[in-house]
Amino acid sequence: MVLNPFDDASADLGVPSTAKILIAGGFGVGKTTLVGSISEIRPLRTEEPLSDRGVGVDDTHGVRAKTTTTVAMDFGRISFPSELVLYLFGTPGQERFWFMWDDLAIGAVGAVVMADTRWISDCFASIDYFERNGTPFIVAVNCFDGAPRFQAPDIRIALTLAPEVPIVMCDARERDSVKNVLVSLVRYVMSAKSPSQANLA
Amino acid sequence: MTSRDGDPERWLDQEAGPVVRPYAVTRGRTLPSGGTLFGLIDIVVGTGERTTAHFRPGPEHRRIMSLCRRPIPVVDLTSEMDLPIGVVRVLLGDLTEAGMVRIIPAQQRPEADQRLLRMMLDGLESL
Repeated sequence: MVLNPFDDASADLGVPSTAKILIAGGFGVGKTTLVGSISEIRPLRTEEPLSDRGVGVDDTHGVRAKTTTTVAMDFGRISFPSELVLYLFGTPGQERFWFMWDDLAIGAVGAVVMADTRWISDCFASIDYFERNGTPFIVAVNCFDGAPRFQAPDIRIALTLAPEVPIVMCDARERDSVKNVLVSLVRYVMSAKSPSQANLA
Repeated sequence: MTSRDGDPERWLDQEAGPVVRPYAVTRGRTLPSGGTLFGLIDIVVGTGERTTAHFRPGPEHRRIMSLCRRPIPVVDLTSEMDLPIGVVRVLLGDLTEAGMVRIIPAQQRPEADQRLLRMMLDGLESL
């Protein structure tokens, strides 16, 4: 069947618009807490390769050796009255889950990189990833009790962030604080003038 | 299914879930046929087409058909099915080829879609 997204009356079917935002950062930085503060949490099962052997090999005769094991992750879902559904995907923190990032990042509006000032280098890998593939991102510093407080300029230097990348302070447990983080990201994406947008204008 | 007494790997109880390995329902196939990618937030819509002589839907295919009577994003479908995303993608490939579902892709470049971004901003600010 040839698929054409523009054929027939999909509007009549009540097809919602969908969008996704990624929540990244090191292990234990509060990604799940942030998602749970603002959205309904739902489970998702996915697979983790057990080794590199066989990855990318299209074996039409089936999986002879067990190369994957299923793992559970969560995602958040916010339904807006405007028939828009926003999904929040926490990017798996451990290195063994990196294979999933591209699947999550394709077509994402942008990303929130969560940082913990006690373990600031934990978010380097996320920042590198989004800079490399051009996903717009902001940094949200999760202000844990007892963690040293730094000013945004110091954090910008520590992370060698470009001057235009917003840094927001947040408390991942507080709904209003999380809302502010997501609003900041969307505003940043709206204001960003990417070269491709300039061409379309 | 029970394990022998004294077996140190006595993990298989009712909590362990189904004892059929996930890819058994796809007969070992790990990639969907037809080349469709099935992004996580693409939307699955049932077409209302009947099964053909060439395609015999299994129970999991039927479950998908009942879940996509109303348009449903791939990720929600997967969550409802309680199967790994890779398995659901293979099953969706079968149903797409049989003409029983079609996929409405999500916006591929949402960062350039000001209307979508405005909808998100308004939605978030009114939470």
